[in-house]
Amino acid sequence: MIKSNSGIRKTDVINRRMFIIATAKALVFVGIVARLFSLQINENKKYLTLSDKNRIREWKLPPTRGNIVDYFGNVIAGNLKVYQLHIIPEQVENFNYLLVRLKNLLNLSDKKIAKINKLKSELKPWDSIIVSENLSWSQFVKINNYLYDLVGVKPVMTISRNYPFNEVYTHVLGYVSQPNEQEILDNQTIQERFVPGMKIGKLGLEKRLENLLIGTNAIQRYEVNAYGKRINQLEHQKGEQGSKIRLTVDTEIQKACGELLNEKAGSISVMDIYTGDIIAMYSSPSYNPNLFLFGISQDEWQLIRNNPLKPLINKTLSGLYSPGSTIKPIVALSALENKVIDTKFKVKCTGKMELYGQTFHCWKEKGHGWVSLKNAMKQSCDTYFYEIARLLGVDRLNITAEKFGLGKKVLGDYFDNEKKGLFPNTKWKKNNLGKGWVLGETLLTGIGQGYIQTTPLQLCMMTAQIANGGYAVKPKIIVDSNPISYEDAKQSMESGLSFDTVSEKLLDKKLFKNQQNIKIVQEAMFASTNERFGTSYKSRIDDPKYQFAGKTGTAQVKRISKRERELDLELEQIPYKDRDHALYIAYGPYINPRYALSIIIEHGGSGSKAAAPIAKKLFKLIIDRHDLRNEQSNFERITV
Amino acid sequence: MFQHDRLNNEITLFQKLKNLDYILLISVVLLSVLSVFVMYSTDGGEILFHTKNHFVKLVVFFPLMIFVAFLNIKFWHNLSYIIYFIVILLLIYVSFFGIKSSGSQRWMDLYLFVLQPSELMKIAVIMCLAKYYHRLKIENVNSFTSILIVLSIILIPIIFVISQPDLGTSILIALSGLIILWLGGVKIKYFIYSFIIFLISLPFIISFLKPYQKLRILTFLDPDRDPLGAGYQIIQSKIAIGSGGLDGKGFLKGTQSYLDFLPEKHTDFIFTLFSEEFGFIGSVGLLILYSIIIFRIVRIGAISRSNFARLFCFGYAFAIFIYIVVNLSMVLGLLPIVGSPLPIMSYGGSSMLATMIGFGIVLSAKINHKQIIA
Repeated sequence: MIKSNSGIRKTDVINRRMFIIATAKALVFVGIVARLFSLQINENKKYLTLSDKNRIREWKLPPTRGNIVDYFGNVIAGNLKVYQLHIIPEQVENFNYLLVRLKNLLNLSDKKIAKINKLKSELKPWDSIIVSENLSWSQFVKINNYLYDLVGVKPVMTISRNYPFNEVYTHVLGYVSQPNEQEILDNQTIQERFVPGMKIGKLGLEKRLENLLIGTNAIQRYEVNAYGKRINQLEHQKGEQGSKIRLTVDTEIQKACGELLNEKAGSISVMDIYTGDIIAMYSSPSYNPNLFLFGISQDEWQLIRNNPLKPLINKTLSGLYSPGSTIKPIVALSALENKVIDTKFKVKCTGKMELYGQTFHCWKEKGHGWVSLKNAMKQSCDTYFYEIARLLGVDRLNITAEKFGLGKKVLGDYFDNEKKGLFPNTKWKKNNLGKGWVLGETLLTGIGQGYIQTTPLQLCMMTAQIANGGYAVKPKIIVDSNPISYEDAKQSMESGLSFDTVSEKLLDKKLFKNQQNIKIVQEAMFASTNERFGTSYKSRIDDPKYQFAGKTGTAQVKRISKRERELDLELEQIPYKDRDHALYIAYGPYINPRYALSIIIEHGGSGSKAAAPIAKKLFKLIIDRHDLRNEQSNFERITV
Repeated sequence: MFQHDRLNNEITLFQKLKNLDYILLISVVLLSVLSVFVMYSTDGGEILFHTKNHFVKLVVFFPLMIFVAFLNIKFWHNLSYIIYFIVILLLIYVSFFGIKSSGSQRWMDLYLFVLQPSELMKIAVIMCLAKYYHRLKIENVNSFTSILIVLSIILIPIIFVISQPDLGTSILIALSGLIILWLGGVKIKYFIYSFIIFLISLPFIISFLKPYQKLRILTFLDPDRDPLGAGYQIIQSKIAIGSGGLDGKGFLKGTQSYLDFLPEKHTDFIFTLFSEEFGFIGSVGLLILYSIIIFRIVRIGAISRSNFARLFCFGYAFAIFIYIVVNLSMVLGLLPIVGSPLPIMSYGGSSMLATMIGFGIVLSAKINHKQIIA
């Protein structure tokens, strides 16, 4: 009984203590449920995000660049399907065997094989190695035929920039290539969208318009495991192609320019004299931008770089030339505007002019006799222009020249390689050379020699502004969102005022004091091309539909010594480097003019022989395409 | 009284079956079935190594549980000291000849499966102490000798287990033992004094910990200090559980486990996978299932006539509770990471064997609840 008694007491103790424990247990379980609640209900969103962050990896794909089209909508910088060969190392059974097979199939160099091996050691086993960026179709087919034997090889179709007209637009468009580190850092947009293998604009409009052209990345979302291996593709977010850019250029004319300049160093620019549209802008020789897409070979690069005709230089924008006699319309205009001369003013040309003991030669040794403005321009008499330049003075001449766009960039910011040239005045010389101006320098400036330096595009714009009756044009190469038709541009220009949308002011477009003076210069230029004894008479077109007015120019590249003058060598007998540059500026049709152009052939000899004939060939094409061009500009009229 | 005693000794098989606790039995079966499905999910939705082995172990150990249940509780009472002693010998054997794996030596190869004796000690220590207090007079509970004896019963196996080293199991053995001391009537003030002494000596204990154990404590305090290293497990575990939400990602759809972000998903972190796939509702459901099991064990203890059965059931219920709490607190980021499996759910033969034997003894206590042990 004692045992049982104490047993009952023990049972009581056990039960009482069990009750305390049971209460504690319940509390702990409630605590755990509370913790579960806080994690799974309260903070569910946070952990769901973290879980997605764990398992979802995004792969950005290179964006598709926007197309660049010419005025007629022809693609001049587009995108092409290219065939590539990738290796996914983790799928390869025998890497060395595969490389040997590929080496034989694709004729890979040992250097390339070494590069692949290096990439393999640097990349993760599931990252693909690009063996070839641009396989030919036959290579692609070959690879696909042997695919059963090439485990781990992936033939890929992707998109790459393509310039269908090859070298025709190189100096306008530039080209794309893989960016270097600095280029990525310098441009926020590139930085955000950069993907290995992506190409960016390196030059020209491709570079300038990078942010518009670049497009947005397509994004592929993959589910990855803890080791980073892709398990499933979740979704594909399409990227947007970059903006389409329409240029003012006409491929037919641009192509013709290239053909006309074939194997010569030089430049042709063609401009709409009312809208300022650049119709063509060709710098010769050019090079094929497609070569740069997949890395240019050393040999090809050396060939371009060492070409004595300097294909890498954009002569239209950064070539600086003495304008020679092509400056004479501006000299004449300045003299007329400043009432230094009138149409009756005459100078006697004896073939040379003496000034303070220095002799200034006219190109015609025998002289032109008594010449008026019209005849002086027609025959490009240097003596006449020495004289009027002397009467005018360089500072007054400078004012007129700058009004017409010399000494200033034509396209402003669009091309970072554009040069502004130089039109000197007395102040410029004092400030930059520290010496006083000499009258002889005024005479030289009057015939477009000496300090004066112009780009071909400046000469083209100058000509356009004479051709349109003396109004300022704003040259442009991109068709903007509010394009203005040819007729509207002409009308607004001839009203003399224009509304500038940027400054919201009415601008005076008149570049002249008396429009009659422009007319006089135009007539003189007409005579130079279309009247007997005119310097470009041989290149004239009699049909009024195509008839144009122009001015030749022959720019000396070195001082002619007395001996050389006496020798009067033929072009072929002079070393190439010493030959004169041949220039020609023109506009047409003479009645109702529409287009202006400038032509320069480096070391081409005389303007009348080398440059003017090109204008003749070109004008027919330009005018013939005018109606087609007009049809393209049936934009909605903006009613004010 | 003696007559009564004799009657109970002779209950028939039919009566034994009738006396089985079916609610407990069904709960254990439910838990087992659930565990197979969860194991199937850890294998990525295929019947692979873990699923197969887990299933085979259940098939073997479930009949073993019934067998244990059909033996009289008196028999288990009689065997308690011997079982304790045998497990001590196994621990000694392991500490000399055990299999080493990932830096610790806890296992012995039995050809059919690898046994971890420290798991068996979790049950053995409860049996041993239950028998000791069953026989001890209430007046002597707080005597110096008895306290010394019970502390030795707890400490001897712990010395072996902690030197394996296996901190997690040591703690679970200690807590299982201490609960019997508590139930047996050791004065509350002793518990309070010991707790205070424990707190004071905590800095010294920590200084004796192995570097990786210290790291675990630091990581527990601030998992973000090394998110890809020491903190990785707990961060990924919390992400998995938290992202499960109210109703979970769905069976076989737990991305954290499927994509290998979860470490140890078969064993200690099995709840993480379960919770990711079945959400808050599923987790609470699982807790309720465990609660039913614990409640049934306590109830069996309460109706038992013998103090041995009563102490064992209460102690075992508490042990199950502690395993769950330690495991869940660990994966929920409430406790530092110590290796401790979730009963039945986690992959691991020894743990399941011990748990099933425990359930078997509890069921035996139910069948023989009127049995008086002298």
